[in-house]
Amino acid sequence: MSDSMNTKQEDRREFLKAGALVAGVTLGPGVLFYGVAHSRAPEEGASSNQRWGMLIDTTKCGDGCNDCVTACNTENGLSGHTGPQDSQWIRKVDIKDLRTGYVQSLPMMCQHCENPPCVDVCPTGASMKRADGIVLVDRHSCIGCRYCMMACPYKARSFVHEPLTDQNPEVPRGKGCVESCTFCVQRVDRGEQPACVEACDAKGHKAMIFGDLKDPESEVSKALKSTDSVEVRADLALNTGVRYQGI
Amino acid sequence: MARVANLPGLGKWFRLAVCLGAVAFMAIPSMQAVAGVDLPKLEHGKGDKCVDEEDYIRRNHPDLLKHHRDDTLRKGIRTTKYSLRKCVECHAGSKTGSVASSKEDFCVACHSYAGVKLDCWDCHATKPGKRPVNQTAQPSLSPLMPSHGGSQ
Repeated sequence: MSDSMNTKQEDRREFLKAGALVAGVTLGPGVLFYGVAHSRAPEEGASSNQRWGMLIDTTKCGDGCNDCVTACNTENGLSGHTGPQDSQWIRKVDIKDLRTGYVQSLPMMCQHCENPPCVDVCPTGASMKRADGIVLVDRHSCIGCRYCMMACPYKARSFVHEPLTDQNPEVPRGKGCVESCTFCVQRVDRGEQPACVEACDAKGHKAMIFGDLKDPESEVSKALKSTDSVEVRADLALNTGVRYQGI
Repeated sequence: MARVANLPGLGKWFRLAVCLGAVAFMAIPSMQAVAGVDLPKLEHGKGDKCVDEEDYIRRNHPDLLKHHRDDTLRKGIRTTKYSLRKCVECHAGSKTGSVASSKEDFCVACHSYAGVKLDCWDCHATKPGKRPVNQTAQPSLSPLMPSHGGSQ
């Protein structure tokens, strides 16, 4: 009887020891996760706790500077041609006040709306918004109907008309699909800035700030809180992820 | 009745002989066919072994890739085990540097043998390639997330 009691007690001790060990191991990664809370592990998906967005200061945007467009073309393997059948993910737009003649230059691309019209109209579900607010086209189910291109108020989407070769391994693109700015999702998932923002910073203009709109401590959130910014076509109530300052 | 009673023993042997004959007859043309078909000759990929058992990958790679593509694109999960890009990195042919440029290349060799059309390569790069380097931008500028980003 006492033998069996002893054995039981030992079992219990072993169990408690093992439990403590497991608790320790669990605590380890928990602490680690806290440390790297901002940077996702590869197996961790995009989360709705984040929303990627951008603030573009048009007063800092260089007149005639095209670096953001060039960087986008290089990163995503676009030809850089601007014909009616060429893909443009980001464009420089000049706007002129006709009364005063004041000209402003600004980059225009997919505004990554919270309520994207392109997603509303897509008949196959190819046009989609990721949990972190990045609006993408799933080319696997895009049938090339181009409804989304018609629905987009920003003329942000392009259709690929011709077969393509030598794509960037990280940015698959092909004939028969609609495409647009992805906020360089392959870079963002690695914890980097989109190519256009990096190029703008490198040029010294620093007209584009990219970051998490839901993180009150992010640079973009602080900038948005302290400056007056607008959505383009705010009347459509799309709650764009890209906002402009100085227009 | 007596004839019928005698037959079963004979019948057994006869049936066995017929069966063996039939098997032999059927085997001859199929053996010739096996000898005459050029099985795809696949170049050995980089590294010692594939990410999983080869038989498993051979049978299930369409499902694995399809599952992975949906996870990556729609959910942002960027694990590399069943990533098409990683397949290409290991299996690009030594002659062409590609998985689908010539009939000897890894993907095309099997798929042309099996007669299954591939449209992955209409969009995806068939060569490993490097990340494009933007001439104007400095790569080390203010990373979005200071910790461990960019290491994958």
